[in-house]
Amino acid sequence: MPAIINLLFSIHFVHGHGCGDLQAVRQGALKVSKNNDEPIVKIRSLRFAHGTRVIFDGVDIDIPRGKITAIMGPSGTGKTTLLKLIGGQLQPNAGSVVVDGEDVNKVSRDALFRLRKRMSLLFQTGALFTDLTVFENVAFPLREHTRLPESILRDLVLMKLQAVGLRGARDLLPAELSGGMARRVALARAIALDPMMIMYDEPFTGQDPITVGVIMQLIRMLNDTLGLTSIIVSHDVHELTMICDHMYMISGGKVMGHGTPDDMAHSESGWVRQFMSGLPDGPVPFHYPAPDYADDLLAGA
Amino acid sequence: MMGWLQRLGSTSLSVFERLGRGNLFLLRILAALPSLVLRPGLVIAQLYSVGVLSMTLIVISGLNVGMVLGLQGYNTLVDFGSEESLGQLVALSLVRELGPVVAALLFAGRAGSALTAEIGLMKATEQLSGMEMMAVDPLKRVVAPRFIAGIISMPLLAAMFSAVGVLGGFFVGVGLLGVDSGAFWSQMQSKVDLYDDILNGVIKSIVFGCVAAWIAVFEGYDAVPNTEGVSRATTRTVVHTAFAVLGLDFILTALMFGDE
Amino acid sequence: MMQKRTIEIGVGVFVAAGIAALVMLAMKVSNLAAFTNQQGYEVTARFDNIGGLKERSAVTVAGVRIGRVKSIVFDDKDYEAVVTMNIESQHDRLPADTSASILTAGLLGEQYVALEPGGDEAFLKPGGDIKLTQSAIILEKMVGQFLFDKAAGGDGKKEEGAAP
Repeated sequence: MPAIINLLFSIHFVHGHGCGDLQAVRQGALKVSKNNDEPIVKIRSLRFAHGTRVIFDGVDIDIPRGKITAIMGPSGTGKTTLLKLIGGQLQPNAGSVVVDGEDVNKVSRDALFRLRKRMSLLFQTGALFTDLTVFENVAFPLREHTRLPESILRDLVLMKLQAVGLRGARDLLPAELSGGMARRVALARAIALDPMMIMYDEPFTGQDPITVGVIMQLIRMLNDTLGLTSIIVSHDVHELTMICDHMYMISGGKVMGHGTPDDMAHSESGWVRQFMSGLPDGPVPFHYPAPDYADDLLAGA
Repeated sequence: MMGWLQRLGSTSLSVFERLGRGNLFLLRILAALPSLVLRPGLVIAQLYSVGVLSMTLIVISGLNVGMVLGLQGYNTLVDFGSEESLGQLVALSLVRELGPVVAALLFAGRAGSALTAEIGLMKATEQLSGMEMMAVDPLKRVVAPRFIAGIISMPLLAAMFSAVGVLGGFFVGVGLLGVDSGAFWSQMQSKVDLYDDILNGVIKSIVFGCVAAWIAVFEGYDAVPNTEGVSRATTRTVVHTAFAVLGLDFILTALMFGDE
Repeated sequence: MMQKRTIEIGVGVFVAAGIAALVMLAMKVSNLAAFTNQQGYEVTARFDNIGGLKERSAVTVAGVRIGRVKSIVFDDKDYEAVVTMNIESQHDRLPADTSASILTAGLLGEQYVALEPGGDEAFLKPGGDIKLTQSAIILEKMVGQFLFDKAAGGDGKKEEGAAP
């Protein structure tokens, strides 16, 4: 796997040259990975309402360090909202979100920004800057947060692009990329600052099988080689069971169940089993609540 | 009747809400401005899209307005035998009123709407959100440079408009209609005052620049993040800027030139 | 980084053009050129009535502008207007008995101060005072005077005619 070698090389390379800013970022990540037992994200009795619509009603989630955790649920359960709550972009109505020992809603803005440098969020659309080339997109966080010389910056960006297999696409604009390539560029940008945690928002949605395979492999590989923690929000059960270590199932603002993919497939909850195997009918009924079918038909006669 | 009153109430409430949000937003931009001292490159890039790309429109419009002023002014003045005052008429109209106001209206249409659409689309495609998650404040990185570029560009564009307009008036008046060239310039110079006219015109255009840039970036940042929301925000930018500029122009004119 | 260069050149041209326009407005369009030589000395003159004289109105000798009105204040002891003029420093040989009058350029033109040199050997010193002044001619007064004279003259003729 040449990509892995390159990634490792990138880490050594940075340390070897003693580039202050980036080293500080990495040391932060290294320091953290020592106390391995403590979950990296601890969510306690989280309540969040969008206007009058309650999205989360007392949710407890622990994201273990160094693992890939999947958060699943039907469409519209606020999975993206959860990621934004972890990133501190949204404020919960009640409860706490603690990331790496810091409550994201209580810390100062500066501390929150320092925390965000150590986590990345991969948006569903990629959210690449449309006016910058692929190269500049990946270079963006480095340019914003470090003062590396141009030559080192170039090497770093090319290494990140090599890791996602798009070193040759560096001069393209986001408009010239396919959806899958855009996501890979976004992934390269997300690992630019060597974060401790990456959150993926629906990484497989709308991609062809080859791209899905590539992204799955990248997620697994980056997680293991960089010692990351990954959170994947999705409803693609099949893909998730293949790569994740731990699963959370959310529906109706509550956690319906959690455990390893194997636990989940044999869960006692009928709802979880229905979701895992994608049955059309079960605890989640096929029919929207309605009066009795026969009565309804006769009523018109 | 009740429905009508309710609508009035909710409309005025939402107007005040937006006004409040807009003002708070302005404060946040102002707080973000000092950080730009370290990143002049960001402002330069925006000066290009806000200022340089508006230049052609401004220069052509200025030339046309100046030429029309020369022609119309001549037709009126010649009846009183005072066509020598043409230079004064063209210069005063441009420097005091038309330069700042028309340049601001054109600016809103060309650069303001583009700013709104750009920021609105960045919001709609989660680029702003993504930036925030990368621990980069979009207010500092995206909004503030555009705001400052608008404020710097506006007086320069208005000055270009006026200067080119005077030349346009000169071409028509002196070149085509035969007004004496010396009289054209000397009448102009004796009646146009550096402080009362030119400087006040520049102050006006700076004020208009602030307002136009503020409205443009606010509408973009506050846009509903979808296609329809961005298109509505773009329209609002042009309409609101036009109203604000015309209203402010009246107030500023009364303050500046009222006591003469 | 070709694009960056284009942008920088474009912005450079833009800012230069904007500043050039401002300079043109200041130098060519406005009266700045008249101010550039602010070096000079001041003399004052008192007038009963200054008519429409304004600050920065011209001060001329033999029709040539040699300075500008700097300030106009009302002296409420003598009920007179005190006009301070700034005369360019190269014109420092005005006789001490120079007189000043406020004239109008053309029938409807603006008003200015015309200085008429006298024959004194001594020159006006900076801060000096012009003693001989003639106030502005107020058109309304002249018209009133003219009508009054005309009416008075007409009556006289009639009486003369009626007497014999």
